[in-house]
Amino acid sequence: MKTAMTLSQKILAAHAGSDFVRAGQLVTAKLDMVLGNDITTPVAISEFEKAGCDKVFDKSKISVVLDHFTPNKDIKSAQQCKRCRTFAKKFDLDNFFDVGEMGIEHALLPEKGLVGAGDLVIGADSHTCTYGALGAFSTGVGSTDMAYALSTGRTWFKVPSAIKVVLKNKPAANVCGKDVILHLIGITGVDGALYKSLEFVGDGVKYMTMDDRFTICNMAIEAGAKNGIFECDDVTYEYLEGRYKGEIRRYAADEDAIYERTIEIDLSKLSPVAACPHLPSNVKSASELSHVSIDQVIIGSCTNGRISDMRAAAQVWKNRKVKRGVRAIVIPATNEIYLQCVKEGLIEIFISAGAVVSTPTCGPCLGGHMGILAENEKCVATTNRNFVGRMGHISSEIYLASPYVAACSAVLGHIGVL
Amino acid sequence: MKFEGKAHKFGDNVDTDVIIPARYLNTSDGRELAAHCMEDIDPTFAADVKNGDVIVGGENFGCGSSREHAPLAIKSCGVSCVIAASFARIFYRNSINIGLPIFECREAFAEAESGHVFRADPASGIIENVTLGRKYSTAPFPKEIRDIIESGGLMNAVKK
Repeated sequence: MKTAMTLSQKILAAHAGSDFVRAGQLVTAKLDMVLGNDITTPVAISEFEKAGCDKVFDKSKISVVLDHFTPNKDIKSAQQCKRCRTFAKKFDLDNFFDVGEMGIEHALLPEKGLVGAGDLVIGADSHTCTYGALGAFSTGVGSTDMAYALSTGRTWFKVPSAIKVVLKNKPAANVCGKDVILHLIGITGVDGALYKSLEFVGDGVKYMTMDDRFTICNMAIEAGAKNGIFECDDVTYEYLEGRYKGEIRRYAADEDAIYERTIEIDLSKLSPVAACPHLPSNVKSASELSHVSIDQVIIGSCTNGRISDMRAAAQVWKNRKVKRGVRAIVIPATNEIYLQCVKEGLIEIFISAGAVVSTPTCGPCLGGHMGILAENEKCVATTNRNFVGRMGHISSEIYLASPYVAACSAVLGHIGVL
Repeated sequence: MKFEGKAHKFGDNVDTDVIIPARYLNTSDGRELAAHCMEDIDPTFAADVKNGDVIVGGENFGCGSSREHAPLAIKSCGVSCVIAASFARIFYRNSINIGLPIFECREAFAEAESGHVFRADPASGIIENVTLGRKYSTAPFPKEIRDIIESGGLMNAVKK
């Protein structure tokens, strides 16, 4: 019997060569893009080689981005990057991004037009769910899944059920995608969307810029979700046009699609928030956290390292100074974003305010390098996880927030908004 | 194959950053990773864990990053299987793909204490808390996933 499908199910069905799929069903589907980074790809290469594979399924549909511990933070990291480089050269991969061309993978792939609406994408990185912003079904997997996909161009999926998230009204001042997703995770908890899709709909969607949508889908995993997704609309079209190399495929959920749960969020009632240690679901209003003095601010990552994030920080810091004693580190997510910052004079604003600007890297977000925390230090970060020890010492604390809240907190020396 | 070993119990939302902190991800060598397994949540775990021991976790075990280094670190410690109230989905896939047996059982987690002896049988899905004399049955894996497990991991399935 044909059943109504969610947006995510429609894309899975199309790639599985079926007219319809239902939640819980296991399907094998063809992939449009397979992604790995400098940490997960070496493990995938080992599995690929151990299995005796000698060719990749399609050199134009594989992306390898050296972004986590790059520019190489130590010898072992350098070795891992070298392994990826050798593999990319051996198979003549079209989309291999090394220092100079690379950026943080989930900012880079959309920017380069390598992912688009209607695509089915897997990546050996949990934040691969970011591309749902473009109307793609996109999800994170492990290295062995990546190895299998490198060889076959396919993978298996358990078809997810979905939660419908209805965004209503125009967002309040200084509320952005980060506040929306943190607010949602505060409602669902970190496992409230486990194995499910988060499908974003409603009249409030039109107020969400492309960058807002990237941030929202990026953190779907922090609610346990398999993917987050927005339907392709005019905002998506405008972004993809002249950039996306594939054919735009617009899918929509059936009107009678079944959702496990519906969550309504009135964007006009939200305020800037922060997620307190040590779970992304521990969300409080930023203005209630003025008692939290901070040692560091990070503005960057695959969640919030895009041009609008850079502009938001610059707007706060123009003619202001970072409080003495706070280390403010800005990390544009890609070289294109970095260059745009230069052109718009944002770098001058950052440096004049007393912040430093780093080359694109995941760096401190996962405790790699470029801003590791000492014992008991506190950091406001625009990143995605505030788990124990994530950015450094196990007693250090991470507060997740938007670039606006992070920039304000850097000026204040404690969490807050100006 | 059946497993038997002592339980090491953890709470809810054990994330991959505590299973194996990213500062050690500049290697994928199982032995090196095993030496730091769980170190940010239980600094003595890696030294105490014995071959065959069992990890018992709460809800959303293995949440966070997609690093396959997490199940690899656990497996390389000699841990025979993980029993949890629920698993985060990427960790679940990764465990199946690398051949680390996992069992989803809320009741077994609720009644377990560290030090309890567990027996587990992946073929039948039966878990036994030997210390308490309690048996639990867990849902068997769907056929497609059993095929991956029976071929000894996903890449062995490719070889065929």
